[in-house]
Amino acid sequence: MAGLMKRMSLIFRAKANKVLDRAEDPRETLDYSYTKQLELLQKVRRGVADVTTSRKRLELQAQQLQQQVEKLDNQARAALAQGREDLAREALTRKSALQNQIADLQAQHANLQAEEEKLTLAAQRLQAKVDAFRLKKETIKATYTAAEAQTRIGEAFSGISEEMGDVGLAIQRAEDKTQAMQARASAIDELLASGALEDVTGTTKDDIQAELDRMASTNQVELELARMKNELSAGKPTPALGAGSGGEAGSASPAASETEGSA
Amino acid sequence: MIIRLLGQGQFDVSEETVAALNELDAALQAAVERGDELAFRQALGEMLVLVQERGHRLPDDYLGPSELVLPPADATVEEVRALLGEEGLIPG
Repeated sequence: MAGLMKRMSLIFRAKANKVLDRAEDPRETLDYSYTKQLELLQKVRRGVADVTTSRKRLELQAQQLQQQVEKLDNQARAALAQGREDLAREALTRKSALQNQIADLQAQHANLQAEEEKLTLAAQRLQAKVDAFRLKKETIKATYTAAEAQTRIGEAFSGISEEMGDVGLAIQRAEDKTQAMQARASAIDELLASGALEDVTGTTKDDIQAELDRMASTNQVELELARMKNELSAGKPTPALGAGSGGEAGSASPAASETEGSA
Repeated sequence: MIIRLLGQGQFDVSEETVAALNELDAALQAAVERGDELAFRQALGEMLVLVQERGHRLPDDYLGPSELVLPPADATVEEVRALLGEEGLIPG
């Protein structure tokens, strides 16, 4: 049995021969093939565009996740500053999970970028071959003699057919990778939308933020109370208390003059 | 001799290089038959490097076919089997 390299080339060759054998006049194959080549060029360019779109989607998601990470980091600090280690721990746990997801996205991003480059190069190679083929096709047609044409067409056709097979495979592989990636990207979109990751616009509140807000307002109340207690114990009635105790002026006034007297 | 590295283009390699490639090709073939992904990757990697380092890259507008073809570096045994199994799998 022939080696693997040879067998692979024979498979490409067989495909080209099959197309050649189908045509009664090999010259027909030239035009037919040229149309196919142009179609494939379109297809590979669309392939590049598709991969680019998917790559940009990943970039956007990574950005959103990064914002979320920063937010959780701030929340952890705020929680810790208020002595709520449990809350800080929860925020950091979520942050770490998101960081794993970002790392995963980055790996996929690199993968897509490589596919994008491969397809871009494939498009360039195919374009060069298609241009060369067009020239050759016209020459062959112009100088056509049956015996000569058969071989010349065969050569040109096998070469371009091989390139087309190669490019076709590259497109297929890129599509497979993009599809696998898109499924995961959708899952992250759903996660972002469901509020499991709080959305970055801040229009809805996550539970950690709610707890921090609650603590902040509780602290505000405590501070206010403490301030008022201080004022009371220092004997300086606030305006509100003074107005309310107007009826007991008799008992309040001596105390006030007593204080003044001893001063 | 002209060899195509799928996804990379065509290279012209000397007989000497082809001889070196053939030795590795036996290992590559055996790996595909055994389904030994690791051995496959190793042999393929070495072959690709040989072609890239010793071969001459043909211009993109070269229209001739290749006598030998090698799968892309990140191909799996399964992919190669599918390619060899049925010519209809080659698109385009």
